[in-house]
Amino acid sequence: MARMPVQFRLNGSDRAVFVEPAETLLGTIRRGLGDFAPKFGCGQGTCGVCTVLVDGEPRLGCLTLSVTCEGRSIETASGLADGPTLHPLQAAFMEHFAAQCGFCTPGMLMAAKALLDRNPNPTRIEVVEAIAGNICRCTGYEPIINAILAAAQQRGARRA
Amino acid sequence: MLEFRKDLFADERDDNLNVIGKGEQRQDMLGHVTGRTRFFDDHGFEGLLHLKVVRSPHHHARIRSIDVSAAERAPGVKRVIRAQDVPVNKNTLLSLIGFGKDDEPTLAVDKVRYKGEPIVAVIADSDAEAMAAVKLVRVGYDPLPAVFDVQEALKPGAVVVNETYPGNYFEYHDKYDHQKLRFGDVEAAFRTADHVLEERYQMSPIEHASTETNGTIAAPETNDRYVVHSCAQGLFFSLGTTAKILALESNRLHFIGGTVGGGFGGKVDSLTEPLAVLGAILTGRPVRYVLGREEEMQFGSPRGAERHVIKDGVMRDGRIVARQITSYFDAGAYTRLSSYGVVKCVAHMPGPYTIPNVRGDAYCVFTNRVPATAMRGFGVTGLDFSIEVQMDKLAHLVGIDPMEFRILNAYRDGDMKAHRRVAHNTALIECVQVAAQKVNWPLSETARRASSLSGGGGPRAAIPPTVTDESGRIGRPETRQAPPQLTPGAAPLPAYQTPPAVPIYQPPPAHQPVAPLPNYPSQPAAATPPPAPVPPVPAPPAAPQHGAARFSSVFTRRR
Repeated sequence: MARMPVQFRLNGSDRAVFVEPAETLLGTIRRGLGDFAPKFGCGQGTCGVCTVLVDGEPRLGCLTLSVTCEGRSIETASGLADGPTLHPLQAAFMEHFAAQCGFCTPGMLMAAKALLDRNPNPTRIEVVEAIAGNICRCTGYEPIINAILAAAQQRGARRA
Repeated sequence: MLEFRKDLFADERDDNLNVIGKGEQRQDMLGHVTGRTRFFDDHGFEGLLHLKVVRSPHHHARIRSIDVSAAERAPGVKRVIRAQDVPVNKNTLLSLIGFGKDDEPTLAVDKVRYKGEPIVAVIADSDAEAMAAVKLVRVGYDPLPAVFDVQEALKPGAVVVNETYPGNYFEYHDKYDHQKLRFGDVEAAFRTADHVLEERYQMSPIEHASTETNGTIAAPETNDRYVVHSCAQGLFFSLGTTAKILALESNRLHFIGGTVGGGFGGKVDSLTEPLAVLGAILTGRPVRYVLGREEEMQFGSPRGAERHVIKDGVMRDGRIVARQITSYFDAGAYTRLSSYGVVKCVAHMPGPYTIPNVRGDAYCVFTNRVPATAMRGFGVTGLDFSIEVQMDKLAHLVGIDPMEFRILNAYRDGDMKAHRRVAHNTALIECVQVAAQKVNWPLSETARRASSLSGGGGPRAAIPPTVTDESGRIGRPETRQAPPQLTPGAAPLPAYQTPPAVPIYQPPPAHQPVAPLPNYPSQPAAATPPPAPVPPVPAPPAAPQHGAARFSSVFTRRR
């Protein structure tokens, strides 16, 4: 089948690629554009390690077709930091030991960012719901939840 | 024992030893939170090829024919790899340390022994083309009867799973069909015990389910070497295994890894490295071989199933005087690491308790199931589950609080363990004391004052006169149930072993918990005192009880 051109913005940079009609956004980002931050875990939308933001909304990269992303803005964990300055979520994940093997971390961070961007002061329950689609097999979820709550608090303090 | 040599490298090291108790940032954390950490699959290569594998749909079958002609002609296919292309197509992981016989092919030759066993590998330009071509490989099978239960597999006349081990058991010390442990005389002690309790426990296989599946990218490098981006937990172990299977000098392999997306024991088997490197050799191009999630769940090794039959002799005062454990480990169709798990299991018998008479028999059994491997404490975890459930049942039987019962029988520093190592740095008593404190569980004064550092050693450090036997000789299944024989020349056995020198249990005074625990909704009301211990049952049970307990149903009796 003929390959199709797609243009979108990836972490603030305009990108243009040719994709297979059935190619997933995850495959395009990783093998097509060389951003290996989002991971492949299950390929069926159950583990969340492929989570990226499409126009600010968390999306499963393994179940999103690249051709549907024409003109969209895509964010991955590679674009979280502002130059050498870490995003508050990244700093909080480091501080609170919210990663062990690190494989779920890029997806976890993006799910958390989507939450904080629309709800700067989430409750613990809201944090749990926001990462409910992201599986971690190492640390358990408590350090991750604590890190996200701490990041929200820190951001709030900065705004105040 | 570990010796601390502070004189070595004294000028190169800060000797303050002040890290414990402080937060220290991990060296890999910045990579994790920025997405820069490179796992095996996070490497781009120009001209990357993709490898997929044809797997057996049968649990056990003879391979009549393999026809790869249609697959070879399929779009995008660059190479088909068959069993005869693998230089050393028979291996066992622990051959690197000289343990066990080569028993597992990289690609099946004449037979498949479990559902999902790899038979043919297909390498193509894309994942999709490789998967499409896999479906074009025609394999003719003659299905064979399969065996799935460890005790069925050990019966005379059972289907032979793995011809390297025709009795369906791993062979220990070139002599026995299982790993044995003999310490004292359990039969004599059972005769003098007030109660004898026999129970059966079993555990299903457990999948590690790491978020990253097993996989490898291998590519030709300069100087006729191959770079291997590997998921392996034991990188050099995988390097040695790959070098052996491909008959390569290991210095032609440049393994890069150690960054594992969750392993837990599921990435020690070199499931993907040999075929990926062979693919790179045969095609001259980078080859990526990654298990899909279904392959990982269905065919990647799990922690194997275990079955433990535990028979204990216990006195009315709570002392366990004999413990006999018969264990069956389901290795699946090939050894992998199960043989080693069994050795660990036997070294752990009889658990963290000092028992004067112990007999252990642990079988590593081959069945037509997915080969099992390592997982967090494998060999010990399932046994510990069984032992601790048994301890609760024994405590109930003799009417002693289960926490007190554990402290009474706990091993202490200086005690001889059944596998003939003196116990050091024991801490079971202290662990039970802290656990009791944390949940406001009442302990008697004697239990609170008990210590792992005192009361051990002395007569408890002795190796008792021991009954040995020749049961379970290789090729002689009829000897498995043979009664033990007194080894000629062994010292006569005392009728009853010296009781362990520990304080005898005193029931605690009526106890009122200090305060209800926070965040513990299932806790009973604070006013409800725990039930008083049941008085000892005067007569021993008429016959040993049999039954099976599973993980999900063991905690039926809680207060």
